[in-house]
Amino acid sequence: MASRSEASLWQGRQENWLVRLFDWKPFLIVMCMLPAVGLLLVFLTYPLGLGIWLAFTDTRIGRAGEFVGLLNYELLETDRIFWMSVGNTILYTVVATIGKFGLGLWLALLLNRHLPFKSFLRAIILVPWIVPTVLSAIAFWWIYDPQFSIVSYVLVDVLGLRETYINFLGDPWNARWSLIAANIWRGIPFVAICLLAGLQTISPSLYEAALLDGATPWQRFRYITFPMLLPILAVVLTFSVLFTFTDFQLVYAITRGGPVNSTHLMATLAFQRAIPGGQLGEGSAIAVAMIPFLVFATIFSYFALARRKWQQGEGND
Amino acid sequence: MVETRPEQAERPIGGRERVGVIQWESVPRQIVTVWVPLACFVIVLLFPFYWMAVTTLKSNEELYNYRDFNPFWVHSPTLANVYKLLFETDYPQWLWNTMLVAVVSTFLSLFASVLAAYAIQRLRFRGSQWVGLAIYLAYLVPPSILFIPLATMVYNLGLFDSPLALILTYPTFLIPFCTWLLIGYFKSIPYELEECALIDGATRLQILWKITLPLAVPGLISAGIFAFTLSWNEFIYALTFIQSSEKKTVPVAVLTQLVEGDVYHWGSLMAGALLGSIPVAIIYSFFVEYYVSSLTGAVKE
Repeated sequence: MASRSEASLWQGRQENWLVRLFDWKPFLIVMCMLPAVGLLLVFLTYPLGLGIWLAFTDTRIGRAGEFVGLLNYELLETDRIFWMSVGNTILYTVVATIGKFGLGLWLALLLNRHLPFKSFLRAIILVPWIVPTVLSAIAFWWIYDPQFSIVSYVLVDVLGLRETYINFLGDPWNARWSLIAANIWRGIPFVAICLLAGLQTISPSLYEAALLDGATPWQRFRYITFPMLLPILAVVLTFSVLFTFTDFQLVYAITRGGPVNSTHLMATLAFQRAIPGGQLGEGSAIAVAMIPFLVFATIFSYFALARRKWQQGEGND
Repeated sequence: MVETRPEQAERPIGGRERVGVIQWESVPRQIVTVWVPLACFVIVLLFPFYWMAVTTLKSNEELYNYRDFNPFWVHSPTLANVYKLLFETDYPQWLWNTMLVAVVSTFLSLFASVLAAYAIQRLRFRGSQWVGLAIYLAYLVPPSILFIPLATMVYNLGLFDSPLALILTYPTFLIPFCTWLLIGYFKSIPYELEECALIDGATRLQILWKITLPLAVPGLISAGIFAFTLSWNEFIYALTFIQSSEKKTVPVAVLTQLVEGDVYHWGSLMAGALLGSIPVAIIYSFFVEYYVSSLTGAVKE
């Protein structure tokens, strides 16, 4: 391949030097990579490093900070709100991820059948994921209204299951569960459509063979569907955990961390301290504290599933 | 899934259903196991949008009176909320800002991504795979970690409160995604076509422009509409870098400008949310298949 491209380079034609320069492979590679790599280095890699540096300074808005070592983290260590935000973030990630994957997998399996209007169903199911999160979060904010919540109305006035309207966002635990429900609602389509794509790659002949051997539906799911789905499941899980852990929009739009800071996630707390509060150093320290969790979550969800796949392959051989 | 399967699993152990190769499910059973859950999913997933639309069309006295009016229906539809939004607020301006930022950053990212993907997938230099991996990892860096240092950078560069701040920072999550998608797409185009052109004496850039790109149009559309949607939906950068009302994007403006004190004008808030969703929804309805393919393609790679 290389020799052929070399050969074409040597064709002695009447070209000006510019054309020849752009056909010189090393130069062309540099020119092609330059816009993407340049933008990413300046606006992604550098800020990442800068963020870690800021975490060890006492920078405020409008005042360059000085290096203060671990002072920000020493302050955070005794900060009850920070630890509550860590707990909230972990709870939010774990529960929402389990919910999203349970329901998403169920929906994907439902959609994987021969259904009429299948592509139409698939199209409308993806809508919650397409619409800007903040805008659907505002709809949830209205659905969770203490006085005019439609959910409370149905439970109290239509079904008569409760006596009083639910105070969705006024009570810390109610607010946490409400946020988790909204996050699950938004995450289901993504998980379902990705897993559906994975399901469609599984050959039907495997199921036929299993049926001939008398496998039950549960066995077919457990020994065919699930192992075949694992690689794509690992990738979707990694993405989902990452984006749930660092979620900002939903919480900021629905509760802004309230009531009394009890629903702050690490991302919203970092924003709260850094931008309205002006403490850029402290905000960065909180944001940087997410990195170890993220690395751990990514490695765990990726390798845990990859290893199981490998072990199963080993077992089957 | 895990919750419902065991019950289903116990029934065939009786042996009756093992007889046939294909299990034909009876109609009532199919209704219970497939259509009822599916209907629940669709209703729950779409209800917030229905609720948005209904609230938008209600007048204020109807909105806060569940006793006399059934809340699930609009008795006397009115466009007052939409009218108020379009003519008494900066809403058209916000729409225009969002459109401008989304379109420019999408084209910028597409330009950078096409070149990068071409270099990584087709020019094949030493270490190109590692560059590809690094770009993939860049996608895993969430904006919530980057917004504070980016805010200081934007401020120092004098870009604070300018659309340029958003146009330059959105590519940080668009380029990794588009590049990754396009690498996968370029892979599916036979290399022989390019070899033929090389032998015929075409330059590399001619090949990219006249052979690879025309063949990659579906991939470009996928990446483009996806990038547009992602930038339309972006929130945290727009919230942090933009301060004056007339420069805000729709998601930020609806949340910060339409809420005045403790009084929430739910009618116009819902109208704002609904109108802000419509441009994306229109594009989505035209390109559903591209969305599905780019979403699943990016995950599969």
